[in-house]
Amino acid sequence: MSAWDWQVFCKDTIDQAIVASCFGSGNDQSYLDWLLSAWGWTLKVSALALVLALMVGICVGVIRTLPHRTLALAGDAWTELFRNIPVLVQVFLWYFVVPELLPAMKRLPSYFLVVCALGFYTSARISEQVRAGIQSIPKGQLYAGLAMGLTLAQTYRYVLLPVALRMVIPPLTSEAMSIVKNSAVAFAVSIAELVMFARQASEETSRDIEIYLAVTMLYFVSSLGVFALARLIEIKVKVPGFLGAKQ
Amino acid sequence: MKKSLLVFAAALACANASVQADTLKKIKDSAAVTMGVRDSSGALSYTLGGSRYAGYHVEICQKVLADVQKQLGLSKLDINYLSVTSQNRIPLVQNGTVDIECGSTTNNAARQKDVAFAVTTFVEEVRIAVKTSSGINSINELNGKSVATTTGTTSVQLLRRHERANGVDFKEVFGKDHADSFLLLETGRADAFVMDGAILAGNIARSKSPADFKIVGEVLSTEPIAIMLRKDDPAFKKTVDDSIKALMKSGEISKLWTKWFEQPIPPSNTRVGMTPNENTKFAWANPNDKPAEDYAKK
Repeated sequence: MSAWDWQVFCKDTIDQAIVASCFGSGNDQSYLDWLLSAWGWTLKVSALALVLALMVGICVGVIRTLPHRTLALAGDAWTELFRNIPVLVQVFLWYFVVPELLPAMKRLPSYFLVVCALGFYTSARISEQVRAGIQSIPKGQLYAGLAMGLTLAQTYRYVLLPVALRMVIPPLTSEAMSIVKNSAVAFAVSIAELVMFARQASEETSRDIEIYLAVTMLYFVSSLGVFALARLIEIKVKVPGFLGAKQ
Repeated sequence: MKKSLLVFAAALACANASVQADTLKKIKDSAAVTMGVRDSSGALSYTLGGSRYAGYHVEICQKVLADVQKQLGLSKLDINYLSVTSQNRIPLVQNGTVDIECGSTTNNAARQKDVAFAVTTFVEEVRIAVKTSSGINSINELNGKSVATTTGTTSVQLLRRHERANGVDFKEVFGKDHADSFLLLETGRADAFVMDGAILAGNIARSKSPADFKIVGEVLSTEPIAIMLRKDDPAFKKTVDDSIKALMKSGEISKLWTKWFEQPIPPSNTRVGMTPNENTKFAWANPNDKPAEDYAKK
């Protein structure tokens, strides 16, 4: 195989001529422009899915610990449903099957459906971690809160969740990092993200190795960025003298 | 996905290793040959389930390999079938995993830098498939419509070029394979599916109600499809070429065409219903391995 050729990113996507500035102008687009826009899609899908996953995941996690049988069962059902179906299958279900049942959903953009699929899948995993976090707090704290005259909602809000959510930040960080990597399934339903770029651009340019290396690098940088951000949050919100924070 | 990454890793590992360029010697020494095939490339190359493969190119390759066996004087030649994809077929031929790829690979100048092609056995024309009820008859009527095509094919680039040149504005949707792209058309997520004519015809023939779909409009691009071989192995290429040229000369190739494209084929016994186009007939009469770029010039 011949030597590496990084000039491939400066090529125009139409006539394959090398553009001097590496960035296309006007209507012209270089492979570098395309790579960056693909990265944008990966980040956009991941970020939206993460927001959805955190909101739904924390709610479902809390519901599963409530002293209310029906609600807790419903929460368990949610978790098992979304956790036990492979994420690629879920993407197809949202994209092809659900819109057949609800024709109104055909008008929704496809990235929205992918965000639903990825967000709900991850929410199941997050709910499990949140539940574990809440249940790791000694039962006595719940009873103490209730004995002081707080309502159940107040006990969760002021006693249990502040501790439980801090405790689950490290596993949630892994989830946030995997959502970036799992977003690769979006290529299957026509989102112009990094994996799709890699497949199409390597087909067009025959420079598979350069393109896959660049895409790998961007995934790595994105995941590392998520990790750094989560670490920062972890440090910011730590309570002195508690949960491994310095005394 | 997993497979293409594995292949990528394999390609990295083999990037500098010397690959045995003498395929005939390799076949003679091992009494085995690996044929790259496709899971769903229309009637050219497709799976019948399990590890059984069939199709126009698969049968041509089987005949070629029978000639190879005769030439090498082998009493027995094992043919291993390996399913390849658009993404991994070229690295697998380069690194020696696949000896002869019998799928639906376009012979173009960029690929000729990495691999060699046997003489063209089929000239593909890129066309548009639409729903019969849509009333669309040409590419210019697709302005503002969604157009499906398959990721990792030359049609994506073709569509982009056409869009820029003629100032039309499509909403492009991409399937991860041809079956997915056809599903996009079938479920109404796309108004048209732009792809090689044989693939369109094959997908329509296999659909639930073939009468709902039709192939319309002008030929968007002409591409020679050929059997792919390792580069810089003139002895093997000559053997393969001679064998195919013999099929062309005896007229057997048009019988093969009739068998795969005009008569009912397994597994569902449907017909693709496509007669050979003028370019294909020309390639049979004048065997050549010209890349797609030479066809565009005409």
